[in-house]
Amino acid sequence: MPQFRIPGPLRRLSEGEMTVAVDATDLGSAIEALDRRYPGFKDRLLDQNGELRQFVNVYLNDEDVRLGPGLKAKVSEKDEISIVPAVAGG
Amino acid sequence: MAKLLGLRCRECGAEYELQATHVCEMCFGPLDAVYDQAALKKKVSRQRIEQGPASMWRYRDLLPVEDDTPVVTLGEGFTPLVKAERLGAELGLRNLYLKNDSMNPTNSFKDRVVSVAISWARTHGFETIACASTGNLANAVAAYSARAGLECFVFIPVDLEPAKVVSISVFDPNVVAVRGNYDEVNRLCSQLLESTPWAFCNINIRPFYAEGSKTLTFETVEQLGWRLPHEIIIPIASGCQFVRHRQAIRELIEYGLVRDERVPALTGAQALGCAPVYNAFKSDTPERVMPVKPNTIARSIAIGNPSDGIYVNRIALETGGVVEAVTEDEIVAAMRLLARTEGIFTETAGGVTIGVLAKLAKAGRWKGDEVVVAYVTGHGLKTADVLASVDGHARRVEIDPTLKSFREKVNI
Repeated sequence: MPQFRIPGPLRRLSEGEMTVAVDATDLGSAIEALDRRYPGFKDRLLDQNGELRQFVNVYLNDEDVRLGPGLKAKVSEKDEISIVPAVAGG
Repeated sequence: MAKLLGLRCRECGAEYELQATHVCEMCFGPLDAVYDQAALKKKVSRQRIEQGPASMWRYRDLLPVEDDTPVVTLGEGFTPLVKAERLGAELGLRNLYLKNDSMNPTNSFKDRVVSVAISWARTHGFETIACASTGNLANAVAAYSARAGLECFVFIPVDLEPAKVVSISVFDPNVVAVRGNYDEVNRLCSQLLESTPWAFCNINIRPFYAEGSKTLTFETVEQLGWRLPHEIIIPIASGCQFVRHRQAIRELIEYGLVRDERVPALTGAQALGCAPVYNAFKSDTPERVMPVKPNTIARSIAIGNPSDGIYVNRIALETGGVVEAVTEDEIVAAMRLLARTEGIFTETAGGVTIGVLAKLAKAGRWKGDEVVVAYVTGHGLKTADVLASVDGHARRVEIDPTLKSFREKVNI
């Protein structure tokens, strides 16, 4: 199953789990599945329009999903989905 | 009494105790340092500032260190604000000023933010300082860590300009060259954060780091005789710096350091080869900044996924500024223009700023008497390779060491 990597600030929601596997075929449904298991994730990750929040970066393996199909991105068995807060420049 | 009260989320207002953290657990919004404004209002004055050192630490009261905190300093800040008569004449601006921040100890504005960040980190028990960098930050972090005697890890893209690699390595930090672009280096560091007890200047201690940027605007206003300019042109990478300049203006007004309350227009400059903020500014949804893959010679500001992009656009619109972008050729032409007219050699990012200034001036943005300031944030030797590779110098001749040869080749 595709696996989420949960960043420190959100681990309170996942009861301390660093990784959470979910049953899903695209990123949108993966977030739904994550939220069913640990309620609160959807609110943190998506805005009122159901789009990824501005300050949340989601990477499918190593690719920023907003450079590709976004929430429609297909996910499969070995994929890793990383949630990373935005950071400042250097 | 401590003047720093805690951290507050810029988005949802959630409050946190003072600690090395940069994101809100509720909404992922950025956290900002919160000061005891009432106490500062009584304490801060022009006179108190003017009696301070000739460095950015004359604004110590407005920075996130307490009165008894020993600071890590190399004399950063209080860089020259020069009136640009010759460049101004070319652009039709009679009151054009350049804040030359390439005159800092490691030749970029990053010395300001790093001096604050490392001072904060050392006081709070951190033994290792780290950063993800496009070069200038790593340079400053390496130098100030050496100065403070702290361990240092800098993470840079593997293909960084050779001059920057040399000027980082000389301070003997641990250099981790990452096979990826800056955004990828940053992501790696964000993930590393959780398993290391390090202070990453631009990540977990960013709320303190970012505050150092304000001094650029404080100084500019003081050097203008405590007057606010009409417009400031600022290069945009993550947008972190831009946001602090708006805050600096708010504080100058709040603490009565300026009489004028007309907020200057804040204008952002990007390279078209990496212009996510500009793209959003020009679109119908300026608050929806979509990431891009950077491809520009202005490497020090090549951030494809700018954390503060939406705030840049919000502030530009609020203050009557714009966000503009220039081509690679315009960047190099602007570097040459600045050098030829004012004797200042800036890096590619400075070429972006001056390029945008020139573009806006030619498009008729100003009548001519406005006080316009451009922030020149890094030295040209950092990116000298772009000039070497573009073309030869048309006014160069090669001669034998004889008068005859000189007279044959040179018309005087």
